Amino acid sequence: MRKLGAIGKHAFLLIVSAVSLFPFLWMIIGMTNTSSDIVKGKFSFGSEFFNNVNRLFEQANVGTAFLNSLLIAVIGTLLTLLLCSVAGYGFEIYRTKGKDRLFGVLMLSMMMPFAAIMIPLFRLFSQWGLLNSAVAVILPTMTTAFMIFFFMQNTKSFPRELLQAGRVDGLNEWKLFTHIYMPTMKPTYAAAAIITFMSNWNNFLWPLIALRTAEKKTLPLVVSSLASSYNPDYGIIMVAIVITTLPTILIFFLLQKQFVQGMLGSVK
Amino acid sequence: MRGSLNKSSLIGWQFVLLPSALILLFSFFPMVQSFILSFESGKGNVSEYVGLGNYSRLLSDPMFRQALFNTILYLIVQVPIMLFMGLIIAHLLNSPKLKLRGFYRTAIFLPCVTSLVSYSVLFKSIFAVDGIFNKLLMNLHIINEPIAWLMDPVWARVVIILAITWRWTGYNMIFYLSAMQNIDPSVYEAASIDGASKFRQFFSITIPMVKPIILFTAIISTNGTLQLFDEVVNITNGGPGNATMTISQYIYNLSFVYTPNFGYAATVSYAIVIIVAILAFLQMKIGGEKK
Repeated sequence: MRKLGAIGKHAFLLIVSAVSLFPFLWMIIGMTNTSSDIVKGKFSFGSEFFNNVNRLFEQANVGTAFLNSLLIAVIGTLLTLLLCSVAGYGFEIYRTKGKDRLFGVLMLSMMMPFAAIMIPLFRLFSQWGLLNSAVAVILPTMTTAFMIFFFMQNTKSFPRELLQAGRVDGLNEWKLFTHIYMPTMKPTYAAAAIITFMSNWNNFLWPLIALRTAEKKTLPLVVSSLASSYNPDYGIIMVAIVITTLPTILIFFLLQKQFVQGMLGSVK
Repeated sequence: MRGSLNKSSLIGWQFVLLPSALILLFSFFPMVQSFILSFESGKGNVSEYVGLGNYSRLLSDPMFRQALFNTILYLIVQVPIMLFMGLIIAHLLNSPKLKLRGFYRTAIFLPCVTSLVSYSVLFKSIFAVDGIFNKLLMNLHIINEPIAWLMDPVWARVVIILAITWRWTGYNMIFYLSAMQNIDPSVYEAASIDGASKFRQFFSITIPMVKPIILFTAIISTNGTLQLFDEVVNITNGGPGNATMTISQYIYNLSFVYTPNFGYAATVSYAIVIIVAILAFLQMKIGGEKK
Protein backbone atom coordinates (compact mmCIF):
# COMPACT_ATOMS: atom_id res chain seq x y z
CA MET A 1 0.00 0.00 0.00
CA ARG A 2 2.73 2.37 0.98
CA LYS A 3 4.69 1.53 -2.14
CA LEU A 4 1.61 2.08 -4.29
CA GLY A 5 1.20 5.50 -2.73
CA ALA A 6 4.80 6.39 -3.55
CA ILE A 7 4.36 5.27 -7.16
CA GLY A 8 1.18 7.32 -7.49
CA LYS A 9 2.94 10.34 -6.05
CA HIS A 10 5.82 10.07 -8.50
CA ALA A 11 3.47 9.42 -11.42
CA PHE A 12 1.53 12.57 -10.58
CA LEU A 13 4.63 14.71 -10.14
CA LEU A 14 6.17 13.33 -13.32
CA ILE A 15 3.07 14.21 -15.33
CA VAL A 16 2.93 17.71 -13.87
CA SER A 17 6.65 18.17 -14.58
CA ALA A 18 6.24 16.92 -18.15
CA VAL A 19 3.35 19.31 -18.75
CA SER A 20 5.42 22.15 -17.27
CA LEU A 21 8.44 21.39 -19.44
CA PHE A 22 6.61 20.52 -22.65
CA PRO A 23 6.22 24.09 -24.04
CA PHE A 24 9.97 24.63 -23.58
CA LEU A 25 10.72 21.55 -25.63
CA TRP A 26 8.04 22.61 -28.09
CA MET A 27 9.68 25.97 -28.75
CA ILE A 28 13.12 24.42 -29.21
CA ILE A 29 11.81 21.82 -31.65
CA GLY A 30 9.67 24.48 -33.31
CA MET A 31 12.76 26.57 -34.10
CA THR A 32 13.90 23.82 -36.48
CA ASN A 33 10.62 23.33 -38.34
CA THR A 34 8.55 25.17 -40.93
CA SER A 35 5.45 27.04 -39.86
CA SER A 36 3.11 24.55 -41.52
CA ASP A 37 4.85 21.64 -39.75
CA ILE A 38 4.44 23.42 -36.42
CA VAL A 39 0.71 23.98 -36.76
CA LYS A 40 0.38 20.36 -37.91
CA GLY A 41 1.94 19.31 -34.63
CA LYS A 42 5.23 17.86 -35.91
CA PHE A 43 7.15 16.85 -32.80
CA SER A 44 10.61 16.05 -34.11
CA PHE A 45 13.61 18.13 -35.06
CA GLY A 46 13.67 19.48 -38.62
CA SER A 47 16.31 21.21 -40.69
CA GLU A 48 14.83 24.70 -40.94
CA PHE A 49 16.74 26.30 -38.06
CA PHE A 50 19.13 28.53 -40.06
CA ASN A 51 16.42 29.34 -42.54
CA ASN A 52 14.10 30.47 -39.71
CA VAL A 53 16.83 32.54 -38.08
CA ASN A 54 17.69 34.28 -41.34
CA ARG A 55 14.09 35.04 -42.18
CA LEU A 56 13.40 36.33 -38.67
CA PHE A 57 16.26 38.81 -38.94
CA GLU A 58 15.02 39.85 -42.40
CA GLN A 59 11.43 40.37 -41.31
CA ALA A 60 11.83 41.94 -37.90
CA ASN A 61 14.47 44.11 -36.35
CA VAL A 62 15.26 41.60 -33.63
CA GLY A 63 18.73 42.96 -32.86
CA THR A 64 17.34 46.43 -32.20
CA ALA A 65 14.43 44.99 -30.22
CA PHE A 66 16.86 43.00 -28.08
CA LEU A 67 18.90 46.14 -27.36
CA ASN A 68 15.73 48.15 -26.63
CA SER A 69 14.55 45.48 -24.20
CA LEU A 70 17.96 45.30 -22.57
CA LEU A 71 18.27 49.08 -22.22
CA ILE A 72 14.81 49.44 -20.70
CA ALA A 73 15.22 46.46 -18.38
CA VAL A 74 18.73 47.38 -17.13
CA ILE A 75 18.22 51.14 -16.66
CA GLY A 76 14.74 50.57 -15.25
CA THR A 77 16.09 48.03 -12.78
CA LEU A 78 18.94 50.26 -11.61
CA LEU A 79 16.56 53.17 -11.03
CA THR A 80 14.08 50.93 -9.23
CA LEU A 81 16.78 49.59 -6.92
CA LEU A 82 18.02 53.07 -6.11
CA LEU A 83 14.66 54.78 -5.57
CA CYS A 84 12.90 51.95 -3.78
CA SER A 85 15.80 51.04 -1.50
CA VAL A 86 16.21 54.69 -0.48
CA ALA A 87 12.50 54.89 0.31
CA GLY A 88 12.31 51.50 2.04
CA TYR A 89 15.30 52.47 4.18
CA GLY A 90 13.79 55.86 4.98
CA PHE A 91 10.40 54.45 5.93
CA GLU A 92 11.92 51.79 8.19
CA ILE A 93 14.94 53.48 9.80
CA TYR A 94 13.42 56.92 10.36
CA ARG A 95 10.02 55.59 11.28
CA THR A 96 7.46 58.21 12.37
CA LYS A 97 3.69 58.30 12.45
CA GLY A 98 3.56 60.67 9.49
CA LYS A 99 5.76 58.45 7.36
CA ASP A 100 3.80 55.35 8.33
CA ARG A 101 0.66 57.08 7.18
CA LEU A 102 2.24 58.12 3.88
CA PHE A 103 3.45 54.57 3.36
CA GLY A 104 -0.07 53.26 3.98
CA VAL A 105 -1.36 55.60 1.28
CA LEU A 106 1.37 54.51 -1.16
CA MET A 107 0.42 50.88 -0.60
CA LEU A 108 -3.00 51.67 -2.07
CA SER A 109 -1.31 52.05 -5.46
CA MET A 110 -0.72 48.29 -5.45
CA MET A 111 -4.46 47.79 -5.72
CA MET A 112 -4.83 50.20 -8.65
CA PRO A 113 -5.45 48.29 -11.86
CA PHE A 114 -3.05 49.41 -14.57
CA ALA A 115 -5.92 49.63 -17.04
CA ALA A 116 -7.39 52.41 -14.90
CA ILE A 117 -4.31 54.62 -15.10
CA MET A 118 -3.00 53.86 -18.59
CA ILE A 119 -5.14 56.39 -20.46
CA PRO A 120 -4.13 59.42 -18.35
CA LEU A 121 -0.52 58.17 -18.44
CA PHE A 122 -0.69 57.93 -22.22
CA ARG A 123 -2.07 61.48 -22.43
CA LEU A 124 0.51 62.76 -19.94
CA PHE A 125 3.42 61.37 -21.92
CA SER A 126 1.98 62.55 -25.19
CA GLN A 127 1.70 66.07 -23.68
CA TRP A 128 5.30 65.88 -22.54
CA GLY A 129 6.30 64.73 -26.04
CA LEU A 130 7.93 61.65 -24.57
CA LEU A 131 5.84 58.94 -26.23
CA ASN A 132 7.74 56.39 -28.28
CA SER A 133 10.85 56.54 -26.10
CA ALA A 134 12.48 54.31 -23.52
CA VAL A 135 11.96 57.15 -21.01
CA ALA A 136 8.18 56.78 -21.38
CA VAL A 137 8.42 53.07 -20.60
CA ILE A 138 10.78 53.47 -17.64
CA LEU A 139 9.40 56.52 -15.79
CA PRO A 140 6.00 55.21 -14.67
CA THR A 141 7.25 51.71 -13.82
CA MET A 142 10.43 52.49 -11.90
CA THR A 143 8.96 53.34 -8.49
CA THR A 144 6.57 50.77 -7.08
CA ALA A 145 5.02 50.49 -3.66
CA PHE A 146 5.71 46.77 -3.86
CA MET A 147 9.48 47.24 -4.14
CA ILE A 148 9.51 49.87 -1.38
CA PHE A 149 7.63 47.37 0.78
CA PHE A 150 10.14 44.69 -0.20
CA PHE A 151 13.11 46.81 0.92
CA MET A 152 11.29 47.89 4.06
CA GLN A 153 10.64 44.27 5.04
CA ASN A 154 14.26 43.31 4.47
CA THR A 155 15.53 46.39 6.32
CA LYS A 156 13.82 45.05 9.46
CA SER A 157 16.64 42.50 9.77
CA PHE A 158 19.39 45.05 9.05
CA PRO A 159 21.67 45.39 12.12
CA ARG A 160 21.18 48.99 13.26
CA GLU A 161 24.27 48.96 15.48
CA LEU A 162 26.22 49.37 12.23
CA LEU A 163 24.56 52.76 11.76
CA GLN A 164 25.47 53.87 15.30
CA ALA A 165 29.06 52.79 14.69
CA GLY A 166 29.07 54.76 11.45
CA ARG A 167 27.70 57.86 13.17
CA VAL A 168 30.50 57.60 15.76
CA ASP A 169 32.94 57.49 12.83
CA GLY A 170 31.42 60.79 11.65
CA LEU A 171 29.51 59.63 8.58
CA ASN A 172 26.46 61.75 7.70
CA GLU A 173 23.04 60.11 7.21
CA TRP A 174 23.31 59.73 3.42
CA LYS A 175 26.83 58.31 3.72
CA LEU A 176 25.49 55.77 6.22
CA PHE A 177 23.11 54.66 3.50
CA THR A 178 25.64 54.46 0.67
CA HIS A 179 28.64 53.22 2.69
CA ILE A 180 27.05 50.90 5.24
CA TYR A 181 23.51 49.96 4.27
CA MET A 182 24.06 49.32 0.55
CA PRO A 183 27.09 47.01 0.91
CA THR A 184 25.49 45.10 3.80
CA MET A 185 22.27 44.54 1.90
CA LYS A 186 23.83 43.14 -1.28
CA PRO A 187 21.75 39.91 -1.19
CA THR A 188 18.54 41.95 -0.90
CA TYR A 189 19.61 44.11 -3.84
CA ALA A 190 20.41 40.99 -5.87
CA ALA A 191 17.01 39.45 -5.19
CA ALA A 192 15.21 42.72 -5.95
CA ALA A 193 17.26 43.18 -9.14
CA ILE A 194 16.26 39.79 -10.47
CA ILE A 195 12.52 40.15 -10.00
CA THR A 196 12.53 43.74 -11.27
CA PHE A 197 14.59 42.84 -14.32
CA MET A 198 12.21 39.98 -15.13
CA SER A 199 9.11 42.10 -14.90
CA ASN A 200 10.71 44.89 -16.98
CA TRP A 201 11.98 42.44 -19.58
CA ASN A 202 8.57 40.79 -19.91
CA ASN A 203 6.38 43.89 -19.65
CA PHE A 204 3.82 44.12 -22.43
CA LEU A 205 0.81 46.40 -21.96
CA TRP A 206 2.49 49.72 -21.19
CA PRO A 207 5.25 49.35 -23.83
CA LEU A 208 2.52 48.39 -26.31
CA ILE A 209 0.84 51.73 -25.65
CA ALA A 210 3.92 53.88 -25.19
CA LEU A 211 6.09 52.62 -28.06
CA ARG A 212 4.57 53.37 -31.44
CA THR A 213 7.22 52.70 -34.12
CA ALA A 214 9.00 49.50 -35.14
CA GLU A 215 12.52 50.65 -34.28
CA LYS A 216 11.53 51.37 -30.66
CA LYS A 217 9.78 48.07 -29.99
CA THR A 218 10.86 45.61 -27.32
CA LEU A 219 11.06 41.83 -27.80
CA PRO A 220 7.60 40.95 -26.41
CA LEU A 221 6.07 43.52 -28.78
CA VAL A 222 7.92 41.95 -31.73
CA VAL A 223 6.79 38.44 -30.78
CA SER A 224 3.23 39.63 -30.33
CA SER A 225 3.08 41.47 -33.64
CA LEU A 226 4.64 38.54 -35.54
CA ALA A 227 2.07 36.20 -33.99
CA SER A 228 -0.92 38.45 -34.60
CA SER A 229 -0.43 38.70 -38.36
CA TYR A 230 -3.10 37.06 -40.51
CA ASN A 231 -0.88 34.15 -41.42
CA PRO A 232 1.72 33.88 -38.67
CA ASP A 233 5.05 32.25 -39.55
CA TYR A 234 5.57 30.06 -36.49
CA GLY A 235 9.05 28.97 -37.54
CA ILE A 236 10.44 32.47 -37.10
CA ILE A 237 8.16 33.16 -34.13
CA MET A 238 9.71 30.21 -32.25
CA VAL A 239 13.17 31.66 -32.81
CA ALA A 240 11.96 35.03 -31.51
CA ILE A 241 10.40 33.36 -28.47
CA VAL A 242 13.63 31.53 -27.67
CA ILE A 243 15.60 34.78 -27.96
CA THR A 244 13.10 36.43 -25.60
CA THR A 245 13.10 33.59 -23.09
CA LEU A 246 16.78 32.64 -23.02
CA PRO A 247 18.04 35.57 -20.89
CA THR A 248 15.44 34.99 -18.18
CA ILE A 249 16.08 31.24 -18.13
CA LEU A 250 19.81 31.89 -17.80
CA ILE A 251 19.26 34.31 -14.93
CA PHE A 252 17.02 31.77 -13.24
CA PHE A 253 19.51 28.91 -13.45
CA LEU A 254 22.53 31.02 -12.52
CA LEU A 255 20.87 32.80 -9.61
CA GLN A 256 18.18 30.37 -8.52
CA LYS A 257 18.65 31.03 -4.83
CA GLN A 258 18.37 34.82 -5.06
CA PHE A 259 15.50 34.43 -7.50
CA VAL A 260 13.37 32.46 -5.07
CA GLN A 261 14.48 34.68 -2.19
CA GLY A 262 13.33 37.73 -4.13
CA MET A 263 9.95 36.18 -4.74
CA LEU A 264 9.45 35.13 -1.15
CA GLY A 265 11.15 38.14 0.42
CA SER A 266 7.98 40.16 0.66
CA VAL A 267 5.96 37.69 2.70
CA LYS A 268 8.42 37.17 5.55
CA MET B 1 17.58 64.94 22.46
CA ARG B 2 14.38 66.39 21.06
CA GLY B 3 16.34 68.51 18.60
CA SER B 4 18.26 65.52 17.26
CA LEU B 5 15.04 63.53 16.91
CA ASN B 6 13.44 66.28 14.83
CA LYS B 7 16.54 66.51 12.72
CA SER B 8 16.64 62.78 12.11
CA SER B 9 12.94 62.84 11.25
CA LEU B 10 13.61 65.58 8.68
CA ILE B 11 16.45 63.56 7.17
CA GLY B 12 14.07 60.61 6.99
CA TRP B 13 11.72 62.69 4.85
CA GLN B 14 14.59 63.38 2.46
CA PHE B 15 14.83 59.65 1.83
CA VAL B 16 11.16 59.03 1.17
CA LEU B 17 10.17 62.25 -0.59
CA LEU B 18 11.20 61.68 -4.21
CA PRO B 19 10.04 58.04 -4.51
CA SER B 20 6.72 58.92 -2.86
CA ALA B 21 6.25 61.88 -5.19
CA LEU B 22 6.88 59.64 -8.20
CA ILE B 23 4.22 57.16 -7.07
CA LEU B 24 1.78 60.00 -6.48
CA LEU B 25 2.53 61.42 -9.94
CA PHE B 26 2.38 58.16 -11.90
CA SER B 27 -0.34 56.27 -9.99
CA PHE B 28 -2.55 58.54 -7.89
CA PHE B 29 -2.67 61.52 -10.23
CA PRO B 30 -3.74 59.32 -13.22
CA MET B 31 -6.35 57.63 -10.99
CA VAL B 32 -7.91 61.03 -10.27
CA GLN B 33 -7.67 62.05 -13.92
CA SER B 34 -9.31 58.81 -14.96
CA PHE B 35 -12.15 59.55 -12.59
CA ILE B 36 -12.64 63.03 -14.06
CA LEU B 37 -12.38 61.58 -17.56
CA SER B 38 -15.13 59.09 -16.78
CA PHE B 39 -17.64 61.96 -16.89
CA GLU B 40 -16.54 63.02 -20.37
CA SER B 41 -17.17 61.57 -23.80
CA GLY B 42 -15.92 62.21 -27.31
CA LYS B 43 -13.48 61.11 -29.96
CA GLY B 44 -9.76 61.21 -29.21
CA ASN B 45 -8.66 64.30 -27.34
CA VAL B 46 -11.84 66.26 -28.06
CA SER B 47 -14.32 65.49 -25.33
CA GLU B 48 -17.11 67.15 -23.42
CA TYR B 49 -18.74 66.73 -20.03
CA VAL B 50 -21.58 64.22 -20.14
CA GLY B 51 -22.31 63.76 -16.45
CA LEU B 52 -23.29 60.21 -15.65
CA GLY B 53 -23.87 59.44 -19.33
CA ASN B 54 -20.97 57.00 -19.54
CA TYR B 55 -22.12 55.19 -16.43
CA SER B 56 -25.63 54.64 -17.77
CA ARG B 57 -24.12 53.51 -21.09
CA LEU B 58 -21.99 51.04 -19.12
CA LEU B 59 -25.04 49.40 -17.57
CA SER B 60 -26.59 48.62 -20.93
CA ASP B 61 -23.38 47.83 -22.84
CA PRO B 62 -23.43 44.16 -24.00
CA MET B 63 -19.67 44.17 -24.73
CA PHE B 64 -18.93 45.34 -21.20
CA ARG B 65 -21.22 42.65 -19.80
CA GLN B 66 -19.44 40.03 -21.87
CA ALA B 67 -16.00 41.26 -20.74
CA LEU B 68 -17.12 41.39 -17.12
CA PHE B 69 -18.60 37.90 -17.34
CA ASN B 70 -15.40 36.50 -18.86
CA THR B 71 -13.15 38.16 -16.30
CA ILE B 72 -15.23 36.89 -13.38
CA LEU B 73 -15.42 33.44 -14.97
CA TYR B 74 -11.62 33.27 -15.20
CA LEU B 75 -11.43 34.45 -11.61
CA ILE B 76 -13.81 31.94 -10.04
CA VAL B 77 -12.78 28.95 -12.14
CA GLN B 78 -9.06 29.42 -12.61
CA VAL B 79 -7.84 30.86 -9.30
CA PRO B 80 -9.23 28.08 -7.03
CA ILE B 81 -7.99 25.31 -9.35
CA MET B 82 -4.53 26.84 -9.51
CA LEU B 83 -4.21 27.48 -5.77
CA PHE B 84 -5.41 23.97 -4.94
CA MET B 85 -3.00 22.41 -7.44
CA GLY B 86 -0.19 24.51 -6.00
CA LEU B 87 -1.04 23.35 -2.48
CA ILE B 88 -1.13 19.68 -3.41
CA ILE B 89 2.15 19.83 -5.31
CA ALA B 90 3.83 21.73 -2.48
CA HIS B 91 2.52 19.17 -0.01
CA LEU B 92 3.92 16.28 -2.07
CA LEU B 93 7.26 18.05 -2.48
CA ASN B 94 7.48 18.84 1.21
CA SER B 95 9.14 15.59 2.22
CA PRO B 96 12.93 15.73 2.36
CA LYS B 97 13.22 12.02 1.53
CA LEU B 98 11.37 12.34 -1.79
CA LYS B 99 13.55 11.29 -4.72
CA LEU B 100 13.90 13.74 -7.64
CA ARG B 101 12.55 16.48 -5.39
CA GLY B 102 14.84 19.18 -6.80
CA PHE B 103 14.00 18.19 -10.37
CA TYR B 104 10.23 18.34 -9.77
CA ARG B 105 10.48 21.67 -8.02
CA THR B 106 12.56 23.29 -10.74
CA ALA B 107 10.48 21.81 -13.58
CA ILE B 108 7.18 22.94 -12.09
CA PHE B 109 8.52 26.39 -11.28
CA LEU B 110 10.15 26.95 -14.69
CA PRO B 111 7.00 28.28 -16.47
CA CYS B 112 7.32 31.39 -14.26
CA VAL B 113 10.41 32.59 -16.10
CA THR B 114 8.63 32.86 -19.46
CA SER B 115 7.23 36.16 -20.63
CA LEU B 116 3.45 36.28 -20.76
CA VAL B 117 3.55 37.08 -24.46
CA SER B 118 5.90 34.20 -25.32
CA TYR B 119 4.02 31.50 -23.50
CA SER B 120 0.72 32.75 -24.86
CA VAL B 121 1.97 32.44 -28.42
CA LEU B 122 3.32 28.97 -27.62
CA PHE B 123 -0.11 27.93 -26.36
CA LYS B 124 -1.72 29.35 -29.48
CA SER B 125 0.48 27.11 -31.63
CA ILE B 126 -0.04 24.05 -29.40
CA PHE B 127 -3.84 24.42 -29.60
CA ALA B 128 -4.00 24.89 -33.40
CA VAL B 129 -6.76 22.83 -35.07
CA ASP B 130 -4.29 20.36 -36.63
CA GLY B 131 -1.87 21.02 -33.78
CA ILE B 132 0.04 18.85 -31.38
CA PHE B 133 -2.54 18.83 -28.59
CA ASN B 134 -5.35 17.55 -30.83
CA LYS B 135 -2.93 14.99 -32.25
CA LEU B 136 -2.09 13.78 -28.76
CA LEU B 137 -5.75 13.50 -27.73
CA MET B 138 -6.57 11.62 -30.93
CA ASN B 139 -3.66 9.22 -30.46
CA LEU B 140 -4.89 8.54 -26.94
CA HIS B 141 -8.39 8.01 -28.41
CA ILE B 142 -9.86 10.64 -26.11
CA ILE B 143 -11.37 12.41 -29.11
CA ASN B 144 -12.10 11.24 -32.67
CA GLU B 145 -12.36 14.60 -34.37
CA PRO B 146 -9.97 17.50 -33.82
CA ILE B 147 -11.42 20.23 -31.58
CA ALA B 148 -11.28 23.78 -32.95
CA TRP B 149 -9.98 25.05 -29.61
CA LEU B 150 -9.55 28.70 -30.45
CA MET B 151 -12.58 28.98 -32.73
CA ASP B 152 -15.10 27.73 -30.19
CA PRO B 153 -16.30 30.16 -27.49
CA VAL B 154 -16.25 27.58 -24.69
CA TRP B 155 -13.04 25.77 -25.61
CA ALA B 156 -11.25 29.07 -26.19
CA ARG B 157 -11.99 30.02 -22.57
CA VAL B 158 -10.76 26.59 -21.48
CA VAL B 159 -7.47 27.20 -23.30
CA ILE B 160 -7.05 30.58 -21.60
CA ILE B 161 -7.67 28.97 -18.21
CA LEU B 162 -5.25 26.10 -18.95
CA ALA B 163 -2.61 28.56 -20.09
CA ILE B 164 -2.81 30.74 -16.98
CA THR B 165 -2.79 27.68 -14.76
CA TRP B 166 0.32 26.39 -16.53
CA ARG B 167 2.11 29.70 -16.03
CA TRP B 168 1.27 30.40 -12.39
CA THR B 169 0.81 27.11 -10.50
CA GLY B 170 4.53 26.75 -9.82
CA TYR B 171 4.72 30.35 -8.65
CA ASN B 172 2.12 29.73 -5.96
CA MET B 173 3.61 26.34 -5.16
CA ILE B 174 6.93 28.00 -4.16
CA PHE B 175 5.14 30.22 -1.63
CA TYR B 176 3.34 27.24 -0.10
CA LEU B 177 6.46 25.10 -0.06
CA SER B 178 8.42 27.71 1.85
CA ALA B 179 5.56 28.12 4.34
CA MET B 180 5.25 24.34 4.79
CA GLN B 181 8.96 24.01 5.47
CA ASN B 182 8.45 26.24 8.48
CA ILE B 183 5.96 23.83 10.05
CA ASP B 184 7.57 21.86 12.86
CA PRO B 185 7.81 18.17 11.73
CA SER B 186 6.96 17.02 15.27
CA VAL B 187 3.38 18.23 14.68
CA TYR B 188 3.02 15.63 11.93
CA GLU B 189 4.74 12.97 14.04
CA ALA B 190 2.30 13.56 16.87
CA ALA B 191 -0.62 13.38 14.43
CA SER B 192 0.71 10.09 12.98
CA ILE B 193 0.97 8.60 16.45
CA ASP B 194 -2.62 9.66 17.08
CA GLY B 195 -3.55 7.75 13.93
CA ALA B 196 -4.39 10.67 11.62
CA SER B 197 -4.11 9.65 7.95
CA LYS B 198 -1.95 11.61 5.49
CA PHE B 199 -5.13 12.88 3.91
CA ARG B 200 -6.42 14.06 7.25
CA GLN B 201 -3.07 15.65 8.10
CA PHE B 202 -3.14 17.68 4.88
CA PHE B 203 -6.54 19.18 5.68
CA SER B 204 -6.19 19.51 9.47
CA ILE B 205 -2.56 20.55 9.81
CA THR B 206 -1.02 21.75 6.55
CA ILE B 207 -3.86 23.91 5.25
CA PRO B 208 -4.59 25.72 8.55
CA MET B 209 -0.86 26.34 9.09
CA VAL B 210 -0.35 27.98 5.68
CA LYS B 211 -3.66 29.86 5.69
CA PRO B 212 -2.09 33.34 5.79
CA ILE B 213 -0.02 32.48 2.71
CA ILE B 214 -3.10 31.09 0.95
CA LEU B 215 -4.82 34.40 1.61
CA PHE B 216 -1.79 36.29 0.31
CA THR B 217 -1.64 34.26 -2.92
CA ALA B 218 -5.42 34.52 -3.32
CA ILE B 219 -5.17 38.32 -3.20
CA ILE B 220 -2.26 38.42 -5.67
CA SER B 221 -4.00 36.02 -8.07
CA THR B 222 -7.31 37.86 -7.85
CA ASN B 223 -5.60 41.14 -8.60
CA GLY B 224 -3.70 39.58 -11.52
CA THR B 225 -6.76 37.88 -13.00
CA LEU B 226 -8.85 41.05 -12.84
CA GLN B 227 -6.14 42.73 -14.92
CA LEU B 228 -5.75 39.86 -17.38
CA PHE B 229 -4.59 41.20 -20.74
CA ASP B 230 -1.43 39.69 -22.28
CA GLU B 231 -2.72 36.11 -22.54
CA VAL B 232 -6.08 36.93 -24.05
CA VAL B 233 -4.63 39.37 -26.58
CA ASN B 234 -1.96 36.92 -27.70
CA ILE B 235 -3.86 33.61 -27.62
CA THR B 236 -7.29 34.55 -29.00
CA ASN B 237 -7.22 38.34 -29.34
CA GLY B 238 -10.51 38.28 -27.44
CA GLY B 239 -12.19 36.00 -30.00
CA PRO B 240 -14.04 34.14 -31.29
CA GLY B 241 -16.49 37.02 -31.38
CA ASN B 242 -15.76 38.55 -28.01
CA ALA B 243 -16.00 35.24 -26.17
CA THR B 244 -12.69 35.53 -24.32
CA MET B 245 -12.30 39.31 -24.04
CA THR B 246 -11.42 40.67 -20.59
CA ILE B 247 -12.17 44.08 -19.11
CA SER B 248 -8.56 45.24 -19.52
CA GLN B 249 -8.64 44.30 -23.18
CA TYR B 250 -11.97 46.09 -23.65
CA ILE B 251 -10.48 49.24 -22.12
CA TYR B 252 -7.47 48.92 -24.42
CA ASN B 253 -9.71 48.43 -27.46
CA LEU B 254 -11.89 51.40 -26.53
CA SER B 255 -8.80 53.60 -26.26
CA PHE B 256 -6.50 52.36 -28.98
CA VAL B 257 -8.26 49.95 -31.38
CA TYR B 258 -11.78 51.28 -31.99
CA THR B 259 -12.37 54.98 -32.57
CA PRO B 260 -10.79 56.23 -29.35
CA ASN B 261 -13.22 57.21 -26.64
CA PHE B 262 -11.00 57.86 -23.62
CA GLY B 263 -13.90 59.04 -21.49
CA TYR B 264 -15.91 55.86 -21.81
CA ALA B 265 -12.76 53.73 -21.48
CA ALA B 266 -12.03 55.49 -18.18
CA THR B 267 -15.56 54.69 -17.01
CA VAL B 268 -15.04 51.00 -17.79
CA SER B 269 -11.73 51.11 -15.94
CA TYR B 270 -13.51 52.36 -12.84
CA ALA B 271 -15.61 49.23 -12.95
CA ILE B 272 -12.42 47.25 -12.24
CA VAL B 273 -11.46 49.71 -9.52
CA ILE B 274 -14.80 49.14 -7.82
CA ILE B 275 -14.50 45.34 -8.11
CA VAL B 276 -10.94 45.41 -6.75
CA ALA B 277 -12.06 47.59 -3.85
CA ILE B 278 -14.99 45.30 -3.00
CA LEU B 279 -12.89 42.14 -3.20
CA ALA B 280 -10.06 43.68 -1.19
CA PHE B 281 -12.56 44.65 1.48
CA LEU B 282 -14.08 41.15 1.54
CA GLN B 283 -10.70 39.41 1.59
CA MET B 284 -9.44 41.62 4.39
CA LYS B 285 -12.61 40.93 6.37
CA ILE B 286 -12.29 37.19 5.88
CA GLY B 287 -8.55 37.29 6.63
CA GLY B 288 -9.11 39.56 9.63
CA GLU B 289 -11.75 37.31 11.21
CA LYS B 290 -9.54 34.26 11.03
CA LYS B 291 -6.76 35.99 12.93
